[in-house]
Amino acid sequence: MPRDDGIGAAVRRKEDFRFVTGQGSYTDDLNRPGQTYAAFVRSPHAHATLNSVGTAAAAGMDGVVAVFTGQDLADAEVNGLPCGWQVHSKDGEPMVEPAHPALAQGKVRHVGDAVAVVIAETPGQAQAAAEAVEVDYGVLPGIGNMTAAKAGKAQVHEEAANNQCYDWELGDEAEIDAAMAKAAHVVELPLVNNRLIANPIEPRVAIGDYDTATGEHTLYTTSQNPHVIRLLMGAFVLGLPEHKLRVVAPDVGGGFGTKIFHYAEEAIVTWAAAKVRRPIKWTSDRSEAFMTDAHGRDHETVAKLGLDADGKFLALKVQTDANMGAYLSTFAPAVPTYLYATLLAGQYTTPLVYANVRAWFTNTVPVDAYRGAGRPEATYVIERIVEEAARQIGMDPADLRAKNFVAPDAFPYQTPVALEYDSGNYAGTLEMAKTAIDYAGFPARQAASKAAGKLRGIGFSAYIEACGIAPSAVVGSLGARAGLYEVANVRVHPTGSVTMHTGTHSHGQGHETTFAQVIAERLGVPIENVDVVHGDTNNIPFGMGTYGSRSLAVGGSALAKALDKVEAKAKKIAAHLMEASDTDVEFKDGQFTIAGTDKSVAFGDVALTAYVPHNFPHDELEPGLEEQAFYDPANFTFPAGCHIAEVEIDPDTGTVTLANFVAADDFGNIVNPMIVEGQVHGGIAQGVGQALLEGCVYDEDGQLVTGSYMDYAMPRADNLPNFTVDTQVTPCPHNPLGVKGCGEAGAIAAPAAVMNAVTGAMRAAGVTKPIDMPATPSKVWAALNAS
Amino acid sequence: MASVSMTINGKQVSGEVEGRTLLVEFLREHQRLTGTHVGCDTTQCGACTIHMNGEAVKSCTMLAAQADGAEVSTIEGLANGDELHPMQEAFREHHGLQCGFCTPGMIMSATALAKRNPSPSEADVRHWLEGNLCRCTGYHNIVKAVMAGARAMNA
Repeated sequence: MPRDDGIGAAVRRKEDFRFVTGQGSYTDDLNRPGQTYAAFVRSPHAHATLNSVGTAAAAGMDGVVAVFTGQDLADAEVNGLPCGWQVHSKDGEPMVEPAHPALAQGKVRHVGDAVAVVIAETPGQAQAAAEAVEVDYGVLPGIGNMTAAKAGKAQVHEEAANNQCYDWELGDEAEIDAAMAKAAHVVELPLVNNRLIANPIEPRVAIGDYDTATGEHTLYTTSQNPHVIRLLMGAFVLGLPEHKLRVVAPDVGGGFGTKIFHYAEEAIVTWAAAKVRRPIKWTSDRSEAFMTDAHGRDHETVAKLGLDADGKFLALKVQTDANMGAYLSTFAPAVPTYLYATLLAGQYTTPLVYANVRAWFTNTVPVDAYRGAGRPEATYVIERIVEEAARQIGMDPADLRAKNFVAPDAFPYQTPVALEYDSGNYAGTLEMAKTAIDYAGFPARQAASKAAGKLRGIGFSAYIEACGIAPSAVVGSLGARAGLYEVANVRVHPTGSVTMHTGTHSHGQGHETTFAQVIAERLGVPIENVDVVHGDTNNIPFGMGTYGSRSLAVGGSALAKALDKVEAKAKKIAAHLMEASDTDVEFKDGQFTIAGTDKSVAFGDVALTAYVPHNFPHDELEPGLEEQAFYDPANFTFPAGCHIAEVEIDPDTGTVTLANFVAADDFGNIVNPMIVEGQVHGGIAQGVGQALLEGCVYDEDGQLVTGSYMDYAMPRADNLPNFTVDTQVTPCPHNPLGVKGCGEAGAIAAPAAVMNAVTGAMRAAGVTKPIDMPATPSKVWAALNAS
Repeated sequence: MASVSMTINGKQVSGEVEGRTLLVEFLREHQRLTGTHVGCDTTQCGACTIHMNGEAVKSCTMLAAQADGAEVSTIEGLANGDELHPMQEAFREHHGLQCGFCTPGMIMSATALAKRNPSPSEADVRHWLEGNLCRCTGYHNIVKAVMAGARAMNA
């Protein structure tokens, strides 16, 4: 009988008691003795020279401990923030990589760029003094979008000619043009992937602490990857050795990518805490978050799909412009290249794919990975143009997809864009989704809507993602400046309880439960006796953190490897206890047995023996039962599936109602189906948000228009329906748990599904020119009434 | 500075605050009741929702001084030791939370709904929670939890 706390069980989460009782420990809940508070002076201008920064008045105000400017950081030889990925242009030149000082030096380049920091006894005093810092700005013309960047209205960085960061390509353009010329049908579609703001509900917080007795620096921060922050900040920004730098990311209130990156405030509070010899806390407010958290997406694309007379895809050509913002954030260059163009084959056998991606600097907040990171943009291109092709050639969109799917027996499948898909069954999830939404019943529902004066549309999105980031050798060859393995440490205590340390980080994903289920299953210990610890560089050997749906596929695999080692050693101890050979010992359900005998010893007895040995043969058996493993994946994992959205539009108001949304996903094996469903729900909500509600707006000059929740439309409970989600299991063949990752699927799939439904409904009303996201009532109404 | 006193979770408290001190600051910083969270500065997110004199209010949008003499309850006052309140139990049972940051505000808002409407429909819950943002769950499981929690509270 399967365990009720093991792999596959919908175990209620171990972390929830503290969260539902208000006892979570988020960074802003922490205070250090003698703590001071930081407030930043931020540029109100998109682009300006810093003629002078006058701090004298602020420094003299009540409660002010110190004021620091960019010059102070330069004098102290504090370096700028590093970028973790180098992309090369098609001419072989490396990307333009301008300095990103933690506090602006000479120039400010986006609204919110930090000019100075004030440290004071109270948050109010810090804020008041920040407002007294006198900055003389020489306002320059600002670049608010990529059109302005290309027009060269101003130079964001002197070293970036025409504001271009790189001009990159994948594939052979001449070959694709030749194939396109022979195609029976060519469909062309311009697409905008709207700029988004991740908006975890917990704003960023950083507390710097310096122990004058030991010389140890501690940073408490809202991070998805504390070890990465320690490495980037310690080695590249502040020059602090790891043994004197501890980074703690306690409970973190959502990340969605924007808490991956190393931010200036983290380095500044760490550095300044040692200067003033007191702890310093900085808490972002929401307005500050809008102008400093890395944004997401912001692509402009023209895609072209060539099909033969039977509807087989021949070639896909994609030209994309990607906005990097004012500086290169940690992963930014990789998002529109290696996390995007390599996915452009989608679920299809398209033999030729070419992508040209140009990245631009603008006077806007840096843009980096946001839930899905590149893969939602790729899915949006493929699934929108496939749907458009079906409409233009008059084929059922499900049939056109099925006709072009990579077949279930074709794996491993080498795509024309570098990736080798390991496993999948795309027709399986398409059929599941069609059944779930009652695709056959759609014409009747559409007729009913029409009779009520409404427009109804249905839209597919058959997505694939590359997750489990990442095989280190592969990403290294693609420009990553670090490998992306993961680490697990399993400590079995003398009485058989277990503490696991993981280098991944949970900020809502439920790792404390999921990883504990794996341990309960493997070691036969009840889940209550297992604790999973993350988020502190002093406790955990190392770790690359949580993003790219990697925690279970990579971190869980490291755990499985460490558990193999625990089991192997425990068998030796059991063999010693039973006076047998360890090769004869079997381990199942927490019991060690010798086949063919009645000899048996429980896991707990082995654990105790490990720590209180009396007669171990020390030349072959060490005391203790604690093992560690680093796991570097052999390949990416490839979660895939099909989502279908059904919408109803009120043509009188342009209001789009999401009438139904179904998801059929293949995440490989599933450890906790309840948690997986929750991840899918959340991803869908963000994807629907992108399609219908959300959009970060800058004016042409770079002034941020959507700077609060009053202006930026977050999905609310009454904007969304219940979702129907289900899964198919095609195990991942190359990791020990057979898992693929589920965190980003909804955000990847949903935008195309919703927009296919919206544009389909509008097409039925005669609007053939597709609108861009977000499909707000005003945009929909205007398009319907222009026709 | 102004003197304020109020009852928080059944306990009489008082303190000296600046006139500009928000109720949520008084709770978090003066009383160290950090279960009430701050997620925005425009009264949109609802992470700071508490009860004042039995009504759900956003504690970021009133001054501590305005709560002088009031009965305040926060997320910390709901459970009875290790025994969860039915709404807390429903959130746990139905996976109505992920990162947990919006959760205290959601639960305080939900318990206020359940007092007015013992058996809210899905539409009732979605409408009521319009002032509480969650970025993790897509609301699906929160709605389920609130419906179940309201029934359990009124059973």
